[in-house]
Amino acid sequence: MTAVMNESRQFTPELLEEVNRIVSLFPEGKQKSALIRVLHLAQAHFGHLDTEAMDYVARLLHLNPIEVYEVATFYSMYDTKPVGKVKLEVCRTGPCMIEGAERIIAHIEKRLGIKDGETTADGLFTLKSVECLGACGYAPMLQAGESFHEHLTEEKVDALIEEYRANPVANYMGLK
Amino acid sequence: MSKKLLLEHIDVEGIRTYDVYRKQGGYQAVEKALKGMSSDDVVEEVKKSGLRGRGGAGFPTGMKWSFLAKPDGVPRHLLCNADESEPGTFKDRYLMEKIPHLLIEGMILSSYALGANQSYIYIRGEYMFVMRIVEQAIAEAYANGWLGKNIMGSGFDLDLAITPGAGAYICGEETALIESLEGKRGNPRMKPPFPAVKGLWQRPTVVNNVETIAAVVPIIQHGGDAYAAIGIGRSTGTKLISASGNINKPGVYEIELGLPVEEFIYSEEYCGGIKNGKRLKALIPGGSSVPVLPHYLICKTAAGEPRLMSYESLADGGFATGSMLGSGGFIVYDEDQCIVRNTWNFSRFYHHESCGQCSPCREGTGWMEKVLHRIEEGHGTMEDIDLLWDIQRKIEGNTICPLGDAAAWPVAAAIRHFREEFEWHINEPKLSQERNYGLVTEKTFDAQPA
Ligand SMILES: Cc1cc2nc3c(=O)[nH]c(=O)nc-3n(C[C@H](O)[C@H](O)[C@H](O)COP(=O)(O)O)c2cc1C
Ligand code: SF4
Ligand code: FES
Repeated sequence: MTAVMNESRQFTPELLEEVNRIVSLFPEGKQKSALIRVLHLAQAHFGHLDTEAMDYVARLLHLNPIEVYEVATFYSMYDTKPVGKVKLEVCRTGPCMIEGAERIIAHIEKRLGIKDGETTADGLFTLKSVECLGACGYAPMLQAGESFHEHLTEEKVDALIEEYRANPVANYMGLK
Repeated sequence: MSKKLLLEHIDVEGIRTYDVYRKQGGYQAVEKALKGMSSDDVVEEVKKSGLRGRGGAGFPTGMKWSFLAKPDGVPRHLLCNADESEPGTFKDRYLMEKIPHLLIEGMILSSYALGANQSYIYIRGEYMFVMRIVEQAIAEAYANGWLGKNIMGSGFDLDLAITPGAGAYICGEETALIESLEGKRGNPRMKPPFPAVKGLWQRPTVVNNVETIAAVVPIIQHGGDAYAAIGIGRSTGTKLISASGNINKPGVYEIELGLPVEEFIYSEEYCGGIKNGKRLKALIPGGSSVPVLPHYLICKTAAGEPRLMSYESLADGGFATGSMLGSGGFIVYDEDQCIVRNTWNFSRFYHHESCGQCSPCREGTGWMEKVLHRIEEGHGTMEDIDLLWDIQRKIEGNTICPLGDAAAWPVAAAIRHFREEFEWHINEPKLSQERNYGLVTEKTFDAQPA
């Protein structure tokens, strides 16, 4: 990355205020406990967590960059590589599988012309199969940003894709 | 109608908000405890209630609390485990989404009992929308004087916050949860030291499940003895069951412990029977980590007794013919489901979720996934079944945390009860790709080695 820190590579004042609030939930000197939530904010703001974004978070929380890299690469919700604006994360685990998760994944693959794990050429959608999301009784289901979409059918998926195409804001895991 | 303690007011409109919750009798248990009970009195009531951990292991809560170290001048912490990632389990989400103040009230009571002044709820990152609901409820509780300094003039201070994970089943294991709450990778710690002595930030810590903490509210409200009078034997009180799979009415149900499994599956009040008039093939009663039961061991135990929804009855027969209540993730399979495919699916889950610290777990889960996939795809051999048995034996008991066992048990149980179906996949590779095996035949257990 040819990175000089431009404005978009930093948090807004609003986000910085939120970081302060999160840090204040923990005792003095334990600001590292804020890391996981601040990384969610960073990912929502920067799109994904590249080295620059992780270094920025390290500076914000007075941590060694390595402490941030370790965490960012451990948890499955973090993207260290670019992803589409809307991530469609379809649950593939047992209870969803027996209610048709594989059918839903195949349908999305066909609809978007991508395979599991890939991003559409226009950078709009990423399809990712994920493990149980705690919606097993409302299967099959997918998560897009902060929203759970449950009791999926092919028709529902089509409508969802159109909705997100018109308004691709689904990856929001930041401020609300 | 059965007894409801946690979900009694779940259908009251607006119960998510403070005002409605309060009008329905909310926070009365806190009033009762802070005005008239010492923290030891609260622990005593919980001991009397017989409440057992609802996160999976079923350890008596009052006893766990009494193990908490209390060195002078060292803060202690209560952590609520809202990581809920065990496949088949979605009850904690339901409770937090619908009636978040019940959890907050339970956190106040439990923190008071333990002498903790700073408590946290650790919620899985994917439940961000639930976190926002709970965070809103926490703000309401602060605004109404139930959190913060000198609550109700009692001299008891409590700060409560909710904080997210970011996608890792292992963070539900209590020491991994603590690591994650410290802002690190979720690698389980070696025990000892136990969290009760050295937990969060090396301070004495108790970790309890969402439902366990919520259950403290009715226990304090009605008394430990009244709670213990509900349920059966050492399975006291009520339990939230997450019902999924091929049933007519999946969802979260609160049952009185001791309810017959048959009634739970077939009655209209609960699961409403098997979907599309199919026959019941198998059941995983307590989340993906517990042994699967074949149809002939579901409604009755091997001894011919009715199988009940209780810690003891679900475990009756040990791993040879029983299972576990676990987290209450109740997954029902009809005759069209393939046990080999399902076992492979879960082994992929455990492989994906292994933190990688211990080689039997890291390597073994990957190996099991590969062999199971091979059999499922019709390329397996008879030796593969023995190989699987061997791998799971080598994982079980040889790892830092119980994820290894959790990965091994489902494979062992599937082979134990559904060996014919594995063999059929191997002998009839083409047929097994086209259709499902159907029901297994009943075995005589006297003749079967465990
Ligand atoms: C791999 C693994 C995952 C676990 N996941 C959870 C979980 O999501 N929620 C939970 O309450 N307990 C979970 N547990 C159990 C916890 O380690 C711990 O026993 C529990 O939170 C204690 O609370 P309780 O006594 O109230 O049940 C898990 C354990 C293991 C080994
Ligand atoms: S058993 Fe598995 S998940 Fe648990 S510590 Fe070992 S490698 Fe990690
Ligand atoms: S199995 Fe899909 S949400 Fe649980």
